[in-house]
Amino acid sequence: MTYALEINDLKKVYSGGVEALRGIDLKVEEGDFYALLGPNGAGKSTTIGIVTSLINKTSGNVKVFGYDMDTQLMQAKLQIGLVPQEFNFSPFETVQQIVVNQAGYYGVSRKEALERSEKYLKQSDLWEKKNVQARMLSGGMKRRLMISRALMHEPSLLILDEPTAGVDIELRREMWTFLKELNDNGTTIILTTHYLEEAEMLCRNIGIIQKGQLIEDTSMKSLLAKLQFETIILDIESSGQMPVIKGYESELMDEGSLSVEVGRDQGINELFNQLTEQGIKVLSMRNKSNRLEELFLKLTEETA
Amino acid sequence: MFKLYLTALKGLAVKETNRYLRIWIQTLVPPVITTSLYFIIFGNLIGKRIGEMGGFSYMEFIVPGLIMMSVITSSYSNVSSSFFSQKFQKNIEELLVAPVPTHIIIWGFVIGGLGRSTLVGILVTIISLLFVPLQVYSWSIVILTFLMTSILFSLAGLLNGIFARSFDDVSIVPTFVLQPLTYLGGVFFSISMLPPFWQIVSQFNPIVYMISGFRFGILGVIDVPILFSVLISIIFVISLYALNWYLIEKGRGLRS
Repeated sequence: MTYALEINDLKKVYSGGVEALRGIDLKVEEGDFYALLGPNGAGKSTTIGIVTSLINKTSGNVKVFGYDMDTQLMQAKLQIGLVPQEFNFSPFETVQQIVVNQAGYYGVSRKEALERSEKYLKQSDLWEKKNVQARMLSGGMKRRLMISRALMHEPSLLILDEPTAGVDIELRREMWTFLKELNDNGTTIILTTHYLEEAEMLCRNIGIIQKGQLIEDTSMKSLLAKLQFETIILDIESSGQMPVIKGYESELMDEGSLSVEVGRDQGINELFNQLTEQGIKVLSMRNKSNRLEELFLKLTEETA
Repeated sequence: MFKLYLTALKGLAVKETNRYLRIWIQTLVPPVITTSLYFIIFGNLIGKRIGEMGGFSYMEFIVPGLIMMSVITSSYSNVSSSFFSQKFQKNIEELLVAPVPTHIIIWGFVIGGLGRSTLVGILVTIISLLFVPLQVYSWSIVILTFLMTSILFSLAGLLNGIFARSFDDVSIVPTFVLQPLTYLGGVFFSISMLPPFWQIVSQFNPIVYMISGFRFGILGVIDVPILFSVLISIIFVISLYALNWYLIEKGRGLRS
């Protein structure tokens, strides 16, 4: 089977002796929407840097759609579109110049690139700004520009390194819809993000990197199934006293908020029964944190 | 793949050309003003008192040297500052992630240097025509020495851009190395006028060969045999090209 991305025993030791990757093995299937998570400094950006030729590896092997990056580098590069974490375009070039030039580096003729620029800049709502220098754009527009630029050569594998960092909620949701559509149309997407809600909403499979090692590589569904407990917050009508709840770990956070740990197979009916019996009215209920976030913290703490 | 590389080269060359044309007030105007002042002060005012040199008026003698001086500075600074700026702004990554071979990257930047130095060379030549009529001894030698010089100093500028870590590093070499070598390379005098010891020292200055060759193409007078000048230029071009290729390929200053 040919994978969109196949990484074998990838190691990276920086010149200062820092061991960033300690033998990563990773396979991303064609058409997948894959999340690569990990705390800061875990090795996510180093992995992406090596896959996109921005960082030299120490050892190991990377294949993109079957093209070995050691022996078929140019073919491998042709398959990849990268949206980096930091803005890396010339601030003095216009929006259209940036995307057209980039397409040229992938062998797209100028005529074709101009046509595609209209398509992708319109898609990201930047067509009106095509003659504006990039430095004049807002942060959100700059991020959209980087996505348009990465799509100009119509890559089979799109890699996004924290694409929604610093983007407001409305725009983030627009970008999610756009990326979902792109994935539905066949583009394999690999995403690193700090917004775990983003990974849970978009991705089918997930890998967690911790201290240069892949500690999880599974489907989002089976990862979330590992979650044994969920913490819920109940906003209750204050009685000033801590309710007695049998069978549940609970804690009164303040006069009106109760934190309760609910086991996976435990259910919440019994919890509500007990509260009703004690005459406590529940006003609202919410998760303490995102489910994935809880699991992520648990997994990374375990291996710390 | 050849078609892809050709499109990439065209794209990079257009980008580089747009860059120096966009900031023409910084890239094209200063050499024109500087050389005009040289023509007025050294050629016209002081030159009249110097008399002939190599059988030509002093003004005629310095014209090829001044054109070459502008070509050297323009090609060098165009490539060094463009490459370093792209490194500094990180947009060099646009090239590094793309299927663009190192040879194409080198030639893309060299074409930028070549284009700017050609424009500057033409502008300085037009200015010189206001002061002195120009007759060309050999067009082929003029074109050959111009091309070799421009390519050589574009490659030297690229090397500077690769090693540079700050904007200071980009300006240090032109100020402390390039400018002295150019002034001592025979722009304003014939190398044969120097004492024997300094004539030997001058043989280690590559700019002597460029200016001598270009002056031969225009005036037909020469300090160093033309074949030797061309040979030295070729050796420098090949060495610098190989060094740049090796450093970019290894990712020196580009990839960690």
